Amino acid sequence: MSRRLPRKAVVIVGLGWTGSIMAYELAKTGLDVVAIERGPWRDTASDFNIGTAADELRYGIRLDLFLRTKQETITARNNMSQTALPIRRWGAFLPGNGVGGAGVHWNGQTWRFLPDDFRIRSHMIERYGEKIMPADNTIQDWPVSYDELESSYDRFEYLAGISGKAGNLRGQIQPGGNPFEGARMREFPTPPLKQGYAQDLFTKAAAEKGLHPFPRPSANISTAYTNPYGCSMAPCTYCGFCERFGCANYSKSTPQTCVLPVLMREPTFEARTECEVTKVNLSADGKRATGVTYVDRNGEEWEQPADLVLLCAYGLFNVRMMLLSGIGKPYDPNRNEGVVGRNYAYQCGGGATGYFEDAKFNPFAAAGSLGAAADDYNSDNFDHGGLGFVGGGSMTCAYTNGRPIAYHPVPPGTPNWGSKWKRAVRDTYQRVANVGVQGSVMSYRGCYLDLDPTYKDPLGRPLMRMTFDYQDNERKMSAWMSERSNEVVKAMGAKQTQMSRLNGPWSVVPYQTTHNTGGAVMGSNPKTSAVNRYLQSWDVPNVFVMGASAFPQNAGYNPTGTVGALTYWALDAIVGQYLKNPGALVQA
Amino acid sequence: MNRTTRRQLLSASALVALTGTAFGRSFRNGLPWSPNEAYPPSPITPRAWQFFSPDEVAAVDAIVDRLIPSDDLGAGGREAGCTVFIDRQLAGPYGVHDGLYMDGPFPPNPLPSQGLQSPVTPRQQYRQGLAALSAYCKATYAGRVFASLSHEEQDALLTAMEKGEAKLPGYDGRSLFAAIYANTIEGYFADPVYGGNRDMVGWKLVGFPGTRYDYRDVIDKPNQPYMLPPVAMQGRPAWGQLP
Repeated sequence: MSRRLPRKAVVIVGLGWTGSIMAYELAKTGLDVVAIERGPWRDTASDFNIGTAADELRYGIRLDLFLRTKQETITARNNMSQTALPIRRWGAFLPGNGVGGAGVHWNGQTWRFLPDDFRIRSHMIERYGEKIMPADNTIQDWPVSYDELESSYDRFEYLAGISGKAGNLRGQIQPGGNPFEGARMREFPTPPLKQGYAQDLFTKAAAEKGLHPFPRPSANISTAYTNPYGCSMAPCTYCGFCERFGCANYSKSTPQTCVLPVLMREPTFEARTECEVTKVNLSADGKRATGVTYVDRNGEEWEQPADLVLLCAYGLFNVRMMLLSGIGKPYDPNRNEGVVGRNYAYQCGGGATGYFEDAKFNPFAAAGSLGAAADDYNSDNFDHGGLGFVGGGSMTCAYTNGRPIAYHPVPPGTPNWGSKWKRAVRDTYQRVANVGVQGSVMSYRGCYLDLDPTYKDPLGRPLMRMTFDYQDNERKMSAWMSERSNEVVKAMGAKQTQMSRLNGPWSVVPYQTTHNTGGAVMGSNPKTSAVNRYLQSWDVPNVFVMGASAFPQNAGYNPTGTVGALTYWALDAIVGQYLKNPGALVQA
Repeated sequence: MNRTTRRQLLSASALVALTGTAFGRSFRNGLPWSPNEAYPPSPITPRAWQFFSPDEVAAVDAIVDRLIPSDDLGAGGREAGCTVFIDRQLAGPYGVHDGLYMDGPFPPNPLPSQGLQSPVTPRQQYRQGLAALSAYCKATYAGRVFASLSHEEQDALLTAMEKGEAKLPGYDGRSLFAAIYANTIEGYFADPVYGGNRDMVGWKLVGFPGTRYDYRDVIDKPNQPYMLPPVAMQGRPAWGQLP
C-alpha cells in the first residue's frame, strides 16, 4: 500500500540531461519540482575523482557507472519468429544510471541533424521517387524543421560549451567547418579541440579526395568556459577516459558540470535518488496523469502526486514507462497500428582500419569527441541514384582512447595469443588509425518495442522486449560507406587496411552504440506518433516525454545534440503555452 | 578519521536528510559534498589465494603463460600476476555475476546473438572447467595434468579448446578458453591495483602511460614518441608507493 506525499507542481522521472535542464528552467519560474532518480547521486569530486577515474577495469570493463541488468534490462530478438531473451550482461549498448544519466558517461559528440533529416521521407521521394524507399519502412518526416529547432540547438550548445567550427553562419559557408550543416546563427561557444597526427593525415587525404573535412563538434571542451547558467568548465586534457567514465577535469559537458551546480541552489527543487518510479498514475478516464508511484531503496512504495509529469529517463525506459502505465496505444506490428514502441531504430557502424608502416599515433592522447569528420556521405549530401539505399553517415577519423584492455589492435592474420601475438600487440599499438562511420538507421514495421511476455524485473513488472535487426537498406549503406572509408584510409598512407562489415544478425554482445532511438516518436498524426511536436503525449496531455525516444528514425549522427535541442524546444512550449493554459498543445 | 560519507549514510538512514517525508535520498538547497570523499578500489593483498586451489593455480599459471609468454619483450601472464588477478576477481563480485539479471527461464539453445544465457557464474565456470581440463589431460596424456605438459602440447590443447575441438568431459572447452583468455587480457592490462600488470609490464609493452590524465603536450607534438614512464593509481615503483 503506497503512502501519499504532498503534491508537487512537476515530477520529473530521471535526472540526466533532459531532466536537469527541465528541472532548472521550471524551478526558476517558482514551481515546486521534484526529480526522482533510481540511481545514486554522483558528483565529480567524489565519484569521478582524479585519483580513481582512470580505471579501465572498473569503469570500462566492469561498467561501474551503468545500470545493473539485475535492476532492469531489455529482452532482445532479431525478428518476430524468435523468442526474446534478456540481455543479462550489457554489450551492444550501455544504459546509464544515477544522477547525470548517460550525460555522465557519453563521449560528447554533439551534432545537429541536417535540415534534410527532418523531412527525409518527403525529401527522398521528391528527389528519387517512391521506389527508393526500403521495403516495410515506416520512415516519416519529423513534425519540426531544422529552422524551428535552430535556436534550441544553439541553447544546448551554449549550455554545454561545445567546441567546434561553424561551417555555415547565417547561410555563409565558412572555411574549416562543415559546409553541409544547416545555417547556424552564431559560431560555436568554444573553438575546436586540437587534433592528433591521424586526424591531420585524414584531413589532408579527405581534402585531396574532394571531401570537406572539419573538426567534429565536441563536448570535451577546448578552453575554459562559463555557460549562460553561470556554471564553469575547464579545458580538456586529452586524457582518453571519456566514454564509460566520469570526467575528473570538469571538461566534459554533463549535467554535473553544466546544470546541477545552479539547479541545486533552486529553493523549490528537490532530487530524490535511489527511488524507482514504477508507473505514472492516471485518472479514472485515463486522460490525465495524477502523479507517479515509486519504490524507495527500502522497498517502501510512495505516491507522488503532481500536476505535470515529465518522463526524462533514457529513451528506452521512457517507452517502457508508457507501456507499463497505459499511456498511448501499444504498437502492434501485425496490424501496423498503435504508437508506443513503434519506430524503434538504432545506429549502424561501418568504416575501415588502416595499419601504417611507421607512425606514432599516440592513441592514448584522446578525447571522446576528438576527431576529424567529413559529411559528404551523410543524409542526402550525395546522389543516392542507383545506390539502392536511403541514408548515410558521418565519417570520422578519431581516437576516443588507447586504453589497452579493450584497445590492443593487431593486423589481420595475427594469432590470437602467444609470442607472435604479443610482438604484434607491441608493434601495432602506435600504428593504427581508423575511419569510422556513424550511420543512420531507418524505421521499419518489424523493428519495435513492446512488453515481454515472460521475463520480469525484481518488482514483478514485465521487461521491455526489443525486436530489431539491421535491414538490407542499412547493410547496403554500411558496406558502401566502408568502401568510401577504406579509400580514405588508403590515401592516408595505410599499408594494410581492413573494412568493417555488418555480418550476421544484430547481436547484443559486442559494443556497438548506445544510440537507441524511437518508440515514443514525435509526429503530426496521433495514429503514427506517441507524442506531438512539443513531445506532449497525445493521449495524456500533462505528460511530456523527452529524449531520443522521440526520433521517428535515426540520422547519421550521435543523438545528444538533437535530444538537447528537443528539450529546449519542449521547454519553450511548456513555459510559453502549456503552463498558461494546461491542455493539449496540438489538436489531434 | 571520523567523517560521515554519503555512502555511509546510505547504509544508515536517510531520515536526517529527509525532513520526514520519504525514504531514499533527498537532496536540496545546494550540492551535497563532503571533503575528501572518494571511492577508491581496495588494493589486492598479495598473500593467500582467495579462490583457487593449489592445483588450479598451477593450471591457470601454465595457461596464462602460454597465452602471454615470458620472452624478450617482457614478463608473461604468470609473472605479470594474471593468476592473482583472476583469483581476486573470482573471489569478488565479478565471480558471482553480481548485478546481472539472472532470472530464468534459461532456454537450452539461445541464439549466439543473444549473448550470455547461462546461470553458471564465473566461479563455477572456473571450478568446473578446470576440473574437466584436469580430467581430460589425465585421460589423454597418460596421467599428466596441464601444467606438466610440454609447451607444444599445451599450445595444441589450448588451440583445440579455442576452436571447440577439444571435448572436455562434461564441460565446454571453448567457453573455458574464452573466459580465461578474456580475464588474462584484463589482468595483463588492468591497473596493477588489481593484482596483474605487475610493474605495469602490459602498459610498458604497448607504451600506454596509465593514469597520467593529461596529454596536452602530446597533442601539441604529432607523430612523436611518448617518453615518460607509466603511472598507476598507486603511483610508480620509483616513487616507492606500490605494494
